[in-house]
This record gives sequence, structure tokens and C-alpha cells, in this order.
Amino acid sequence: TDVIIESSVGYFTEGPERKDDIVKAKQEGKELTKEEKQRLRKEKKQQKKSKEKKDDKPSRDSEKEKKPASAASPAPQTPTQPPAQKAPSAAPAPVPVPASETPSAADKPAKSKAELKAERRARQEAERASKGKKGDVGPQAAPGKPKAPPSELQPVVKRLPEHVQVDNPEVLKKLAKKLERQQIPLRSDYGYKVSLFSHLHQYSRKAPLTQQLGIPSTVIHPAIVRLGLQYSQGIVAGSNARSVALLHAFKQVIRDYTTPPNEELSRDLVNRLKPYISFLNQCRPLSASMGNAIKYIKKEISNIPSQCKEEEAKRKLLNCIDCYINEKIVLAAKAIAKYSIEKISDGDVILVYGCSSLVNHILCEAFEKNRKFRVIVVDSRPRLEGREALRRLVQKGINCTYVLISAVSYILPEVSKVFLGAHALLANGYVMSRVGTSQIALVAKAFNVPVLVCCETYKFCERVQTDSFVSNELDDPDDLIVTRTGTTQLEHWQEVPSLGLLNLVYDVTPPDFVDLVITDLGMIPCTSVPVVLRVKNVDQ
Amino acid sequence: LDKIVLVEYFRAQMRKDPDMASAVAAIRTLLEFLKRDKGETILGLRESLKWATDCLTGEDSSVAVSSGGELFLRFISLTSLEHQDLSRCKKVMEERGELFLEKISMSRTKVAKLCHTFIKDGAKILTHSYSRVVLRVLEKAAAEKKRFSVYVTESQPDSAGRQMAEALRKLNVPVTVVLDAAVGYVLEKVDLVIVGAEGVVESGGIINKIGTYQMAVCSKAHNKPFYVVAESFKFVRLYPLNQQDVPDKFKYKADTLKTVQNLSEEHPMIDYTPPSLITLLFTDLGVLTPSAVSDELIKLYL
Repeated sequence: TDVIIESSVGYFTEGPERKDDIVKAKQEGKELTKEEKQRLRKEKKQQKKSKEKKDDKPSRDSEKEKKPASAASPAPQTPTQPPAQKAPSAAPAPVPVPASETPSAADKPAKSKAELKAERRARQEAERASKGKKGDVGPQAAPGKPKAPPSELQPVVKRLPEHVQVDNPEVLKKLAKKLERQQIPLRSDYGYKVSLFSHLHQYSRKAPLTQQLGIPSTVIHPAIVRLGLQYSQGIVAGSNARSVALLHAFKQVIRDYTTPPNEELSRDLVNRLKPYISFLNQCRPLSASMGNAIKYIKKEISNIPSQCKEEEAKRKLLNCIDCYINEKIVLAAKAIAKYSIEKISDGDVILVYGCSSLVNHILCEAFEKNRKFRVIVVDSRPRLEGREALRRLVQKGINCTYVLISAVSYILPEVSKVFLGAHALLANGYVMSRVGTSQIALVAKAFNVPVLVCCETYKFCERVQTDSFVSNELDDPDDLIVTRTGTTQLEHWQEVPSLGLLNLVYDVTPPDFVDLVITDLGMIPCTSVPVVLRVKNVDQ
Repeated sequence: LDKIVLVEYFRAQMRKDPDMASAVAAIRTLLEFLKRDKGETILGLRESLKWATDCLTGEDSSVAVSSGGELFLRFISLTSLEHQDLSRCKKVMEERGELFLEKISMSRTKVAKLCHTFIKDGAKILTHSYSRVVLRVLEKAAAEKKRFSVYVTESQPDSAGRQMAEALRKLNVPVTVVLDAAVGYVLEKVDLVIVGAEGVVESGGIINKIGTYQMAVCSKAHNKPFYVVAESFKFVRLYPLNQQDVPDKFKYKADTLKTVQNLSEEHPMIDYTPPSLITLLFTDLGVLTPSAVSDELIKLYL
């Protein structure tokens, strides 16, 4: 089975018997009892304290020794320890070093037991060496300082949970700890990552997370396992589809849920959902719409009064979810279609990109209301989602043309309007959507063609981003290998050391390129998104 | 209260005070209509108010009348949610209507107070056609003992610019009338451009007399600031994407719409200036950037 790193850390400090039991239990996929979980937590706290009591400086010195050795390790090991900042202890640092070596080399996602034993032995040697060097070194503000004793009270730079930092070993370690506590396997990265995006995860579709779960998994509800698989294989794709699938899966979870004795539904159910959410996040990073849906559900659950009977509470929750789907997705689509039809006049030539369920709905509605227009569908590799949009529109009887994104500047002089869908609308007015959208908006602006973005308000997000690098999603790089004629010259790309394949999923469009945003609240300019967010927060 | 009486009252209001904005006259008319209305239900009242607004836009097709009417209706409808009893509701509506009228009659003064500081001593100003708000601003600036000179475009087809020039000469402001085609020629001498607006749209752009868009494009090319002065009741819930997206009922004069069959022969009287060309808007709600207009509209209407 895949390794949970932390389990090996405690090996030499605690008696191995209890740990063995717990590790065995995990490997069997049984859920840890509450007592075992508490014991785990206590042990870890003790480990932390004992490490801090040890003299910092000798271990710092040992870390410094390790540094030139690890200098050979590849780029992802960026200098992450600025002076005067809390950093994890020196001991786990060597562990990510060999870990980061393996992904950059060949495609070995899992580490063998032998390698782990070797790491553990190396760490033990390091500890023994550091004990020998006690009192040797004067106080140095070394950059590789391990966990400072709490008395120093260094200000900790708290990272928001949404920021993925795959090249930062401390953050990875925290993530691994969290997943181990929730008993979810850690999915490892695949293939060489382009250095600009090395802070993001890159997974292979051939290694879904569900392969690492025991059968049957009692930790994660089967509806969620199925959903996770559907996400990671791309069977359920598209912002609205993913949110609706998520809400339906949560409904199933709620239906099958029973409150354990001495527990309150409002608190226990929320805690039950947390590992599911981590699991889904590992399968495929959560979208902004899913994040908002989850926030809503958590709020609804915690607002359930404690004297409410279980059946009634469950019924209420199921009702809430149905209302949410109905209001925020179905009715919103109807409202948006109503506003958009005002903007579609007879004789229009409308350009759409990729497959947005909302834009397709709008065009079908407008066609039913007897507006005379024709559509140009723009598509791009490797997803080729435009074909799905094309199929749906042609089935309705709409006059369509199909081009690839490389032909956009050729076709734009014919176009009178551009309709785009959005994955999320950020708080500074930027539009996050499928990669290629900002390209189309840019070219449309150059040709003075109005760009309209259609987006429901539940996709509005408090995040702020000005570029597509900081937060994005990397898809499986193997998708780029096959070409139209079926030749695969890139098949052995991993063996070429200087070659990297980049398969981005999202990009960010600045508000100057967008003329109008159509939401269920009406037509607003792109710069008014924060106002809507503010109004919504006041309502809630 | 039937249509002819309504229209007569409106015309009388316009004649009585030529300095009053057409939207204000419309709102006064609607208030009078409200007072004389003999309806029994609130819904019926709303319906008849809407009908009255339509009549008035049939008389004067400017954007301002339509926006003023809609704003009044909105202002009134909020009252209907609070009081169930019709007669009490009507009384509250009338009071609020009077209050609203008082507020907006002060709006031009507020705008003038905000804008005149942007006119520096020795400035050369370019303006378009005849706008009473711009006139008020320039009056205030002249009263503050500022020395400036003004270029006014002739603004065909109705030569309204000449009227503006006359009014400015009475204030002893040196004024030159230029051809509409000479805007690009004159812009290098000018320090700033101030225009009024018939309507301010949701995107932050403006609808104004034909020729404004040209002026805005030229001033952007010359990097001169383009200021718009407008009262807040001119904010309208329109969102045009380009020139042809503006509804026909605003583009032509009311009589033209009624009499002419083929509109493609007629020349539109207004055009749309997109927000990217506007530097600042001076309103009685304050000095706004074009993106802030939508925020204000959301506050007003949502």
C-alpha cells in the first residue's frame, strides 16, 4: 500500500506495539475508533514536544550537512526556510528530498518498503549524529532552522488552505498528516512538471486514487468513491455538472447517515463530510462552484437545532439541497436566458468556445423564441469539448460552423457577438474559465466585437487573481501525446530530460476584455462583481 | 385623467420653467397624475402610472424622461410594500414624491459645486451642444472668478450649440462656435472636455446628442480628460453593447417615430459613448468613475 509518511516518524520514539496495531488497522481499511484516533493525536503531540526539547543547533548543523547533499536534488526543492520563521524539524526534511527525486526521475509513483526503511535508517543516523554534536555549535541564525521552541514566539506566516504549494515540503507534510488522520490515501504527482507550474499538482489519469483504497472502504461512502472516480476520469466535467453531482452524492450520504450515540447531528455530520471533501479534492481539485456549495451545506447542517429529530433534520437537509440546486442552477439559467435573449438580435453571428452548459441553454432558448442567428463553435485540443456543444446545437437545428482556436482571427470579422461561459468570477472582476477563453476575448477586443460572459451568482468567488499561474489545474500530460493521424512521437517524452508537457485547464481573463456579464441578478459590468458579492453577504 | 390633459400639463410645466430638466417636468406631471388618480387598488395605481409614463415618452422621447419615470415608479412602489391601506399609501406616496422632487431640484447645484473646482484658471474648455447642467457648472466657475474660454460645437441638425454660445456670452465668457467636423482640429488647444448627458447607462457609458462619441474618441486620442456632468435621475437600466444596440425609441424624436415609416432614412439624434472613453462622471451622488455607476445603480434598483 501507499505510504503515509508520518507513521514512520514515530517509530523510534514510541513503543512499536501500539503503533503496529494502528498501522495494521489502517492498512486493512478499517475505521479507527475514536480512542485510537485520540491516542494517535496524543503521541504526535508528545513527539513534537520531545523534538523541541532537543538542542536545535546541532540538528540545524546536521541539516546543513544534509543541504549540500540535497543540493544535487532537483529544482522543486526551492529555498523554503527564510530566517526567523518556524519551519518543520530537520528530521522530516530529508524525507521529502528523496521523495522529490523520484517524481522527477522515471514514473514511479509509489515508494517501495525497502526505500522507506532506508529513509528511516538514514534519519535515525542523523538523530544519533546530532546527539553527539551537542553543545558544539554556537547560536547561528541558520536558514535551515528546525521547529523553534514555542518560547521564541516567531510570527508564523499562515497559508490559506486553498493555496496549493506542491514544491514546499512543509506544506506537503502538513497535507500528508491531514490525509493520514482522515485515512485517505495521498495521491502522488506524475511526470516532469514545467517549473513555472511546479507548485501545482499533476496527476495521471491511469492512476486513480480509488486503486489505493481497500475494498470495501468503510471510511468513505461508496457514492463519494464513485463520484471521485467520475471526476478523476473526466466522466463528470463542467462546473455545473460537477456541483450538481456533488450535491446529489451528498444527499445520498445524508440519507444513509445515522447519528452515533452521544453525538449531535449538526456537528458530527460536518466532521463526517470533511474526509469526503479531502478525498474529492485529491481526485480532482475542487472548483469554486463546488466550494460555495460545500460552504452552504456546512452552514445548513450546523444551523440544525439540537432538539430536532434525526428524520426531520435529514428531511430538512435534503430539502435545502434541492432548493439550492433549483434556485442557483436551474432557475438562474432561466433568468440568464431571459436577459440574454434581449441581447440576441436577428441576423447575429454568435461565437462560442468549448462546451458551456449555460451558453448552450441560452442559444437553444433563443432559437425556440424564433431569433434568427447562426453560431460559430470554436474548439481546442486536447479536450475537444466544442464537439459536444456542436452536437447539441445542431440537434436543435441551429446553423453552426466549427473551427479550431487557431483560426479565430480569421473568422472574427464575421462575428457580431461572443458568448463565453465561466468557471468562476473572481472578486477583482477577472473571469476564470477554460484555457483559451482569454485568447478569444483578446482577439475579439482587437476586432471590437462585444464579449458577453454568462455566469450564475453561485460561481462568484472571494479569491483574487491577476494571472493564470498562481492557481490553476494541471491535467494529465499524457493527453497531449496522441495527434490527429494517430502518431505518437511524444510517447517517450519522459525519457527526454529537457522535455516537459503542459496541459493547463483554466486561464484568467482581465475585465477590460469583457463587455458585459449576464447573471441571474441582471446585466452587470465586470467591475461590479465585488458589489454583488457584498450584497449577497449582506443578505446572508 | 386622460392622455390629452396629461400631455398638456407636461407641456405647461416645460413652458413655465425652460431651465427645468425634462425628466423633472415628467416627474412633476406624474405626481400630479398620482394626486388626481381615482384608482381603488395599488396594482391599478401602478398600472396607470406606467401608462402615464408611456404617454409622456410618446411626447418627448428623450432617455431622461423614461429614466425619470422609471425611477419615480420605483421610488413609489417601495412605499406600497409598507402600507396596505390605499388612501394612506397614496398620502405617503405624495409626500415622498414631493420630497423626491425637492431633492432633485437641488441636484444641479450639487453637481456644479463638485465640478467647478476641476476648471482651473486660464483653462480652455470644449463642450457639445446645449446642456443646462454644463451651463450651470460654467456659471458657478465664472462666479468663483475663474478666467476660462469655451469652444462650443454647432451641433447640427438643430444648431443647439448657438443657443449655448448666446447663454455663455451673457456671462461674459469668451466663446467660440466651431463646426462639428472641427473637433479634432480644435482639441490640441483645449485643456478639458465637459459634456452633459441625456442618460447614463448601466455600463457607465452615456447617451447624449449625436457627435459626443466622436468627441470622446478624439479626446482619448489626444489624452485630454473627458468629463460628464449628469444628475442621478438620469441613470437608466439600459446596457448597450454598441451603437446599434440602443433602442430605436430613444434615437429619434417622438414625432419622427410617429410619422416616418422607413427609419433608415432618418438620422439618429443621439449616440452612445462607451465607459472606456470617459474619465469621470460628476453627479449629485458624488464624483464617480464609470465602473462606480453600476454600483450606484445596483443600490438604487436592487
